[in-house]
Amino acid sequence: MIEIHDLHKYFGSLHVLKGINLNVEKGEVLSVIGASGSGKSTLLYCINGLEPVQQSNAVVDGTDVHAKGTDINKLRQQLGMVFQQWNSFPHLTALENVALAPKIVKGKSKAEAREIAAQQLKHVGLGEKLDVYPSALSGGQQQRLAIARALAMEPEYMLFDEATSALDPELVGEVLETMRMLAEEGMTMICVTHEMGFARDVSDRVAFFHQGVMEEIGPPEQIFGNPQSEHTQKFLANVR
Amino acid sequence: MEPTVSFFSGFAPKDLLFLGEAALRTMWISVLSISIGTLLGVVFGWILYEGKWAAALTVAPILDIFRSVPLIIQLVLFYNFAPIVGLNLDPFASGVVILTIYTASLVANVARGGIEAVEPPMRRAARSLGMSYWQDLRHVVLPIGGRAVFPAWVGVALGVMKDSALVSVLGYVELLKASQILITRTQEPFLILSIAGAFYFALSYPISRYAASLERKWAQ
Ligand SMILES: Nc1ncnc2c1ncn2[C@@H]1O[C@H](COP(=O)(O)OP(=O)(O)O)[C@@H](O)[C@H]1O
Ligand SMILES: [Mg+2]
Repeated sequence: MIEIHDLHKYFGSLHVLKGINLNVEKGEVLSVIGASGSGKSTLLYCINGLEPVQQSNAVVDGTDVHAKGTDINKLRQQLGMVFQQWNSFPHLTALENVALAPKIVKGKSKAEAREIAAQQLKHVGLGEKLDVYPSALSGGQQQRLAIARALAMEPEYMLFDEATSALDPELVGEVLETMRMLAEEGMTMICVTHEMGFARDVSDRVAFFHQGVMEEIGPPEQIFGNPQSEHTQKFLANVR
Repeated sequence: MEPTVSFFSGFAPKDLLFLGEAALRTMWISVLSISIGTLLGVVFGWILYEGKWAAALTVAPILDIFRSVPLIIQLVLFYNFAPIVGLNLDPFASGVVILTIYTASLVANVARGGIEAVEPPMRRAARSLGMSYWQDLRHVVLPIGGRAVFPAWVGVALGVMKDSALVSVLGYVELLKASQILITRTQEPFLILSIAGAFYFALSYPISRYAASLERKWAQ
């Protein structure tokens, strides 16, 4: 379970997250929507400790992310993350991309790591591309490679930061399909997304962010059908 | 009548051997300086990258000095002044020390450029997989950044190999010094300098070719 209590984040004097309270249960799929600059990415970075925070209680499975004694590298193994940009390691084949972290972080043997990698690549539909370098893959394939790379660490949670925003429109579908598949398999997911269809159909809850504040959170029927906040209404009117 | 024994004598086959040995010395002093200098340079490059303004005030100016003062001046100064502080180094060792520092000062900037070539999002992605700072450096930054600046590094290495000729001013008999000795004796500068040039070419050509083939392999 991810528990966030009164999370504040500043960049210099810029107050980016203004007291976020949020719990995400095991097995839940949460979509996070909101205008650009509202702090959605920053929230994900604070959950896996990529950004330090000024005041927080972000707790993942009982471990305080930002506490001094926390082994953040160990904790991050529980929190797979997929970014807007896929960041494939260009010098490694698809298989090596996925096998690297299990090998060096988890200390798996080379054979074991390659087996895990092959399995995860098949899982995301790249079973035919094991020995291909990223430069020969489309954006959609590279993003699925990034998903496989995160899954290979066997995380309990997956954080998606606008995983489809950098893709050509015709490639968005295959990545959303992969994310939907993970959701159906029961993965706990926090998905920052601009894909309202995905947010509506796949998530258990949708959170709307506005200028560093979580203005509204609830089931998709509420957020899309009967939004309470004026800002939510405006935002949805514009994206539709 | 007795044949006159001349102080000068023509170019003999054994002189080729003499030049060949000198070429090996050039290779040896270069290999030593370039490899140690590269290792040091990578460390300095990392300090320049991570040290921010602290490094800009300390390490950077020192490296600038070694990069901008002509090598021949550094060599002569070091060779003549090292004994004053109790360092009695022969020409070879002095040459290695100065060439190494010189290489390191050049490689430092190349290495910093290599680290900068790996965009922060790539490194965040590596860290998000649970890699430590050092694992990210070793398994992501080094191979990706290293490839990006490899051509620049090869340029530095070939340059240092040629510049190693300057160690001849200390009396170390590498390729250039050996040529000078032979020219004085045979009075055949054109022939001997051509042969020396061919040796330099023979030393650097395989390196350029190998580098080019590596780059081709990485490019795919
Ligand atoms: N590294 C940073 N340094 C300074 N300001 C930042 C940094 N990252 C994000 N910000 C600022 O924080 C705010 C929230 O950014 P972000 O979390 O990326 O928003 P979103 O993902 O919702 O578009 C924005 O105003 C952005 O300019
Ligand atoms: Mg964002």
